[in-house]
Amino acid sequence: MSEKYTFKILRFDPQTGQAPYWQSYEVPQLKEGMSVLDGLLYIQQYLDGSLGFRTSCRAGVCGSCAMHIAGTYRLACETQVKFLSTTTITVRPLSHIPIIKDLVVDMTPFYEKYEKIKPYLMPGTNDVDEHHERLQSRSDREKLDNIIDCILCGACYASCPMTAADPEYLGPAALMKANRFVVDSRDDNVGERLQIVGDEHGIFRCHTAFNCTEVCPKHLDPAGSIANLKRKHLSVKIMKVRPQ
Amino acid sequence: MKYFKALVVGGGLAGMRAAVAFNMKNVSVALLSKVHPLRSHSIEAQGGINAALGNHPRGKFDSPKLHGYDTVKGSDYLADQPAVLKFTGLAPFIVREMESWGVPFSRTPEGKIAQRPFGGAGFPRTCYAADKTGHVLLHTMWEQVVKYKTYAERKNIQIFDEWMVTRLIIDAGKAVGVVAMNIQTGEIDAFMAEAIVWATGGMGRIFKNTTNALINTGLGMAIPYWAGVPLKDMEFVQFHPTTLLGPNILMTEGCRGEGGYLINKDGERFLANYPDSSKSMEISPRDIVSRNIQREIDKGKGGYPFAGGVKEGPFVGLDLRHLGEARIQERLPAIREIAINFAGVDPVYEPIPIQPGTHYAMGGLDTNENGQAPEVEGFYAAGEAGCASVHGANRLGGNSLLETLVFGKIAGEHAADYINAKETSVMTSKGFVAEVLEDEKNRLKELKNKNGKEKHAKINDELQQTMRDNVWIFRNEENLTKAYNKIQELKERYKNIGIQYKGDVMNYDLIWALEVQGNLSVAEAVVAGALNRKESRGAHFRLEYPKRDDENYLKHTIIRWDGEKAQLGWKDVELGIWEPKERKY
Repeated sequence: MSEKYTFKILRFDPQTGQAPYWQSYEVPQLKEGMSVLDGLLYIQQYLDGSLGFRTSCRAGVCGSCAMHIAGTYRLACETQVKFLSTTTITVRPLSHIPIIKDLVVDMTPFYEKYEKIKPYLMPGTNDVDEHHERLQSRSDREKLDNIIDCILCGACYASCPMTAADPEYLGPAALMKANRFVVDSRDDNVGERLQIVGDEHGIFRCHTAFNCTEVCPKHLDPAGSIANLKRKHLSVKIMKVRPQ
Repeated sequence: MKYFKALVVGGGLAGMRAAVAFNMKNVSVALLSKVHPLRSHSIEAQGGINAALGNHPRGKFDSPKLHGYDTVKGSDYLADQPAVLKFTGLAPFIVREMESWGVPFSRTPEGKIAQRPFGGAGFPRTCYAADKTGHVLLHTMWEQVVKYKTYAERKNIQIFDEWMVTRLIIDAGKAVGVVAMNIQTGEIDAFMAEAIVWATGGMGRIFKNTTNALINTGLGMAIPYWAGVPLKDMEFVQFHPTTLLGPNILMTEGCRGEGGYLINKDGERFLANYPDSSKSMEISPRDIVSRNIQREIDKGKGGYPFAGGVKEGPFVGLDLRHLGEARIQERLPAIREIAINFAGVDPVYEPIPIQPGTHYAMGGLDTNENGQAPEVEGFYAAGEAGCASVHGANRLGGNSLLETLVFGKIAGEHAADYINAKETSVMTSKGFVAEVLEDEKNRLKELKNKNGKEKHAKINDELQQTMRDNVWIFRNEENLTKAYNKIQELKERYKNIGIQYKGDVMNYDLIWALEVQGNLSVAEAVVAGALNRKESRGAHFRLEYPKRDDENYLKHTIIRWDGEKAQLGWKDVELGIWEPKERKY
């Protein structure tokens, strides 16, 4: 265990007019199990109050603190410094999303794409009112396992080569969300969703680079979700299978 | 200056449910939140949400009334019973509504919403989605907000995320608006509205060793408290028995509901040795389990044995090994992941090292059963920030997710009806609001320009440590007084803080300084309430007064801000069909 770490952070403050630059901070070993987030908080609170980054739950579920840490996209809160096999920890914001300040990015395009796929249950004929309990079999519910664990942190989006090449590309997170409803037995609007994701900025833009699946801090498989949507889309379009 | 019919402050489950309630009644609403709603602390809830659905084979005879009884008994009879009955009565509706909106609940073999046993409940009543119930509820609630704000043909829901409210404006006994700062730009503006629902969540971060998110500081409760809304029952802070050693991340009560054991360094299920937990064992209520874990640790019996030897320290073992890998993976996958990521322990092979930590504020902004503040017209509070007194002195597991949705709905609907029936408008207070806005701008500017020697982060660290050392599971006059005096010292030192960063964009230096100010005031209220209550009830345990004292203390603590410190008062408890009696499990 090292006694101290060097945090090398990409800094940017729009108010100074200065281009982004790297700044290093020395952070002591704060405690057993120290995370990258612990280090960033220490810098913000004790060394340099100007450092900006988002954080909330510190437990790997809220999705605030995804950033590029020591070579890949991760959540700062669940990345322990001792597992990074380096004492100089490079930290920069998510890619392919505009930077607001330091490690804080403007998630607006990410959220807008999420909204585009109509991210809510459209039960159609499966609708119930609140006075009756709708059933779902265990095997149907199992199809939602994992896929519902997405925390919308944006790590996949930042790692994806297509989000860089096509600013309108929906991106892995939104597409996986679309798949979450497509595979839900309670949803009855597969046709409309397949249409939304099937245009030139949707599923067929995906080149199956697998970056999203590789970086996902929740170990989910957005690439697999996209493959499923492609399969469904083609079976509807070419094989004329009724969407279901 | 902006104007909406209604304002919601806070974007967790309670706030979003209130915003949807306004929208359903066709009232335009703005929701302000210092983080994006998806980053709210509701997401960390794990175990489940209580409702008497009777889906479990052992729960056939469950009913909202029995759910109410368990809640009142769990509260050590400090809950207001009419509010509790309303609360548990709405529970089945709320859970089915969330399911109808798409929450992927775990299922019974017949395909019904699955339920599991939780502490202090007569039947398995806690509906769950594995151990990620808060996560799926919050995401589904946000999906509904997106649906209504984008596609419904009704008045607006407008989301102002990363807008931090810094002041509540009350004019002649009426809530007329708030002042808020856009964190992304530094812009400060006033938002006026006919009614306000306050849903800023809890304040666990006034303590060290808490399960709460970093954003759960005292500021949320402090802002209305400073403006004149009293706090109620603040001394009742829930200690969750099982938080992960180190970061104190919640290890859900569901671990024990699914059959997990608590063991000491001898491998003994020590809860059997204490009369108040010997019968219900691991699923005794949280206050009782926390005390007995602490007693075990204080006796020097902290630790657990496993294949690699014996670990010893200020913790006990949460043992899931006998459940087997398949069941752990099915029912408690996130627990396993957290234990591996944050403690390097795989619960399939080794007990999880846990210790009690602060988890939930039973107290909060004083409201009635409609979520309405009795003394301030147009002001409502819902969720953990509010206190409609359904939890009394101790909350049952699974009742807090329920509280967010029930009171979000009730407060939103009540406020919408109030707005629709209103004949006057708060716009008559426009001049007053403009003055307050100027005043607040000056206050924030002065704060930002401070160049004193004190570090607010240091003050906060000392505050959290003091609260951890002196206002913990076992309290006494001496320690509480020590904490009270320390807080006065820290308040003095706070006047001399410095803010390093003077910029407008994402100024977390300023934000933390504001949060610390809130922490100091709310911590003081907690300590003042604890000093004043010379009895032991629910989560509040005084070593000198180990018994409950209904004759003198069957009443709510009311705390008002006098401009500098806490002023104490009392308020009657609303009893009902259940007479207070000794609480036995």
